[in-house]
Amino acid sequence: MSSIFFQLLQAVLMVMFAPLVLGFVSTVKARLQNRRGAGIMQPWRDIQKLFNKEVVLADHASWIFRFAPYVVFTATVMAASVVPSLLLDTPLSLTADVIALVALLALGRFFLSLAGMDIGTAFGGMGASREMTFSALAEPAMLMSIFVLAIGAHSTNLTTMIAHTLHTPLLIQPSIAFALVAMLMIAIVETGRIPIDNPSTHLELTMIHEAMLLEYSGRHLALMEWASAVKLLLFATLIIDLFFPWGISGDASLVTIALALMIWIAKLMVLFVILAVMETSMAKLRMFEVPQYLGAAFVLAFLGLIIHYMLEVAV
Amino acid sequence: MMAVLSLHMALGACLSMVIAAVAAPCLQSNPTIQRIALSALLAISGLLAVVAGFTGLISGGGSITLPLGLPWLPMHLRLDALGSFFLLVIGSLTLPVSIYSYGYLSHEKKLTPLAIFLPLFVLGMMGVVLSDDAFTFMLYWELMSVSSYFLVTHEHQYPENRKAGFIYLLMAHMAGLLIMGSFATLYAVSGSFEFSAMREASISPLWASVAFLLAGFGFGTKAGVVPMHGWLPDAHPVAPSNVSALMSGIMLKVAIFGFIRITWDLMGSGDFQWWWGALVLAAGSSSAVSGVLMALQQHDLKRLLAYHSIENIGIILIGLGLGMLLAHFNHPTLAALGLIAALYHTINHALFKGLLFMGAGAVLHKTGTRNMEKMGGLIHRMPWTSGLFLVACISISALPPFNGFVSEWLTFQTALMAPQLGGALLTAMVPFSAAMLALAGALAATCFVKVFGVVFLGHARSEAVADAKEVDMWMKFGMVIPAVCCLLLGLLPTLFIPLLDHVPQALLHTSMLSSLHNHSWVWLTPMDAERASYSAPLALIGMLLLGGLAFWWLHPKGNHIRRSKMWSCGNPHTHARMQYNAASFSQPLRRIFVDLYQPEEHEHAERHKHALLTTRVKYIVHVSDMVVKQVYQPIGHATLWLAKIIRHEHQRGIHAYLAYTFATVLFLLAVFA
Repeated sequence: MSSIFFQLLQAVLMVMFAPLVLGFVSTVKARLQNRRGAGIMQPWRDIQKLFNKEVVLADHASWIFRFAPYVVFTATVMAASVVPSLLLDTPLSLTADVIALVALLALGRFFLSLAGMDIGTAFGGMGASREMTFSALAEPAMLMSIFVLAIGAHSTNLTTMIAHTLHTPLLIQPSIAFALVAMLMIAIVETGRIPIDNPSTHLELTMIHEAMLLEYSGRHLALMEWASAVKLLLFATLIIDLFFPWGISGDASLVTIALALMIWIAKLMVLFVILAVMETSMAKLRMFEVPQYLGAAFVLAFLGLIIHYMLEVAV
Repeated sequence: MMAVLSLHMALGACLSMVIAAVAAPCLQSNPTIQRIALSALLAISGLLAVVAGFTGLISGGGSITLPLGLPWLPMHLRLDALGSFFLLVIGSLTLPVSIYSYGYLSHEKKLTPLAIFLPLFVLGMMGVVLSDDAFTFMLYWELMSVSSYFLVTHEHQYPENRKAGFIYLLMAHMAGLLIMGSFATLYAVSGSFEFSAMREASISPLWASVAFLLAGFGFGTKAGVVPMHGWLPDAHPVAPSNVSALMSGIMLKVAIFGFIRITWDLMGSGDFQWWWGALVLAAGSSSAVSGVLMALQQHDLKRLLAYHSIENIGIILIGLGLGMLLAHFNHPTLAALGLIAALYHTINHALFKGLLFMGAGAVLHKTGTRNMEKMGGLIHRMPWTSGLFLVACISISALPPFNGFVSEWLTFQTALMAPQLGGALLTAMVPFSAAMLALAGALAATCFVKVFGVVFLGHARSEAVADAKEVDMWMKFGMVIPAVCCLLLGLLPTLFIPLLDHVPQALLHTSMLSSLHNHSWVWLTPMDAERASYSAPLALIGMLLLGGLAFWWLHPKGNHIRRSKMWSCGNPHTHARMQYNAASFSQPLRRIFVDLYQPEEHEHAERHKHALLTTRVKYIVHVSDMVVKQVYQPIGHATLWLAKIIRHEHQRGIHAYLAYTFATVLFLLAVFA
């Protein structure tokens, strides 16, 4: 019974923490740029404000446009609640393995892009076209990087994969290092951060994600923004789970969960400080260098796999 | 009792097609009755095939020998698990298409040819899956190919349709020749045309490989495997849409059936060699990726869907190839999983591709165009068609909770559970094919965002599309059935896989049931819940709960929505032609894969009044199929060149012909005497 409670707690924490994460990254970025920043609560305040605003819809927006925010939000939250952050073995983790998780995110993206096409502005179509193109190239690289670990653990269930990593002695495995680099590169694409996309700009000819949201307002926009925050936290937690799971709680007792919560937050802070430093020190890539970036990620992940077969299984 | 009944129902399905074909010319004077008879008999046949398929899978079929055909070779028919499954696939699409056809053909002027050849086409497909000897198989196979030629050239007033039909006929017969060669090899080994004798005979590895290659290339051509796919994107779009649905949805599957029948059944998994599986896997991966890449660059809606058939045949072959590799390396349970994944995708593709072609037909019927660049905004004009088309788009893009995801997920699991096979390179090929499957799936999602976005969303790009009307209830009903099946097969795979399981039980003598039944029907666990699990019902319930919760929480004070002009970054005065269209949507991919596509681009700017004042800009881009360009056209040119050289020989006198005859006799004597 208590595992169901912690499952719920974990899912709620993921969803509620997500806007704070955005605030944290922008605050660290502001400090790095000698600004004070708006504070880590600002994204929450934005979402709150949007929820109370009126919705303005274009005249010929179809039901797809109104339906999409709910699909995007629920698919992302559903995916997030499958990822273990505090407790290793949760009841929901059987619902979707890592492939189904990627597919749930793809479902959200599918509807987001359709919503971008619905109004018929050039910006919406542009964003949809780019989002789908780049994510189509990112998906095989991401799965390849996950496969390196899945083949080692003989499983695609996140719980089993994490348990496998926890139970193997701490060795530097070259294949996992390759997979990690590939996964980090892909996470930046999937969450739309610099150097691929910049979440804080609108009306820029190189924008991807924001271009699809331009026509949204009120609660619809809030749901979309919230979903993209959850997605960022989800990817960070996924990277932690797959590569640095030490500290996650094995049993559902209050003490270990509290400890796991603190360790999780600490790891997240490290990851997001790195992200903030990178975003401050880098410029955005040119649009047509992104495929090369994605190709590099795929090759790295595939090399990881070959190395796994040649060095780590053979001997 | 049940077993005999299922065979009799299958025969009844065939018989009703014979009646339909015979009755059609008699009813020529009254088109309405002709149409009713055609649809009703097709529906009866489809329904009988579905029931026969189900009962055949559950209780096993029977066999019967009909006193037809050659004097020394009566017609052997048999309904086994494999045949039952494909009969189910055929029936499950024939039934909705028959209902759809009643509406679709209401304005058809030349109904008689359709009313004759459509039943013959369906009869040919059903006969192929029922046949139990090579002669019967080839008889029905040719019936299927020839009758579908007449369906492809139904609108033969257009020269491009005649050309597409000719290429189709040519390649179908080359395929037929190769398949005949494969049967000839098996006949030479077993000494009999009957399948039962071929199963018994033991075959040497060399001849097995010959038969495998002949079957692989023969059935591969008919299934549209790259690079033998040249006929497919031309032939499928020009046929009437209900026929396209059947051709793409089930005729390609009959070729897959033939391939499984010869390699897995007649030769048996014991004869597999490692490179067979590797070859099938490579062919599958390359078809999947190149099919979807070509599909992305099409702006003819039906041609785009035809390229997607190539992609999906590739996905089926990935499953089959994995199964063959694993069967060779002695992992029968995993091989069974690969086979089940392939079969699951077979029925999935039949359903969603049938639905997509029916939807495209509905759009074509009401707007009169297949050109996506002229469409847009149809979601407001055709709400039913667009909603049902969206279901098919989500299914084919392999997104949960619909059926396409289940079969691709099973294929992924087969690839990931594969243990070390042979060398490191062969082992690495397996996850690489899984990555290609992921790429194909993600690109398919891209393509269907493009299709749905350009055809149904946004503003209408032409007058005809702006005034389109919704289709009648028959066509709607025909499309509802496959859409519901797509959802059910996506939600309840654990109830459907036990049925499918009879096929590997017959072919590999292993069963997946034990691992499936470890857990309740809610969870799909191919091996063990520790290794992989997926629960579509729970995911759907979770999403419905979450979505409902969000909706309920956000709508406490009613529905505040204000309609206004679109914002479009402060510039709402846009023109419908300023929207992203099919060509611009796929522009990034055209640029990324420029070496693969080699697009021909023409830009032209008119500046009549002043050198700096552009009045009109024209941009034309054309992407041609590289395989057709690099392989087919050179072969065509070489054939013509050869014909030109020997054409003079035709005009020689009688003495020259006598000399040829003499030389031939000498040659034959030298070889065979």
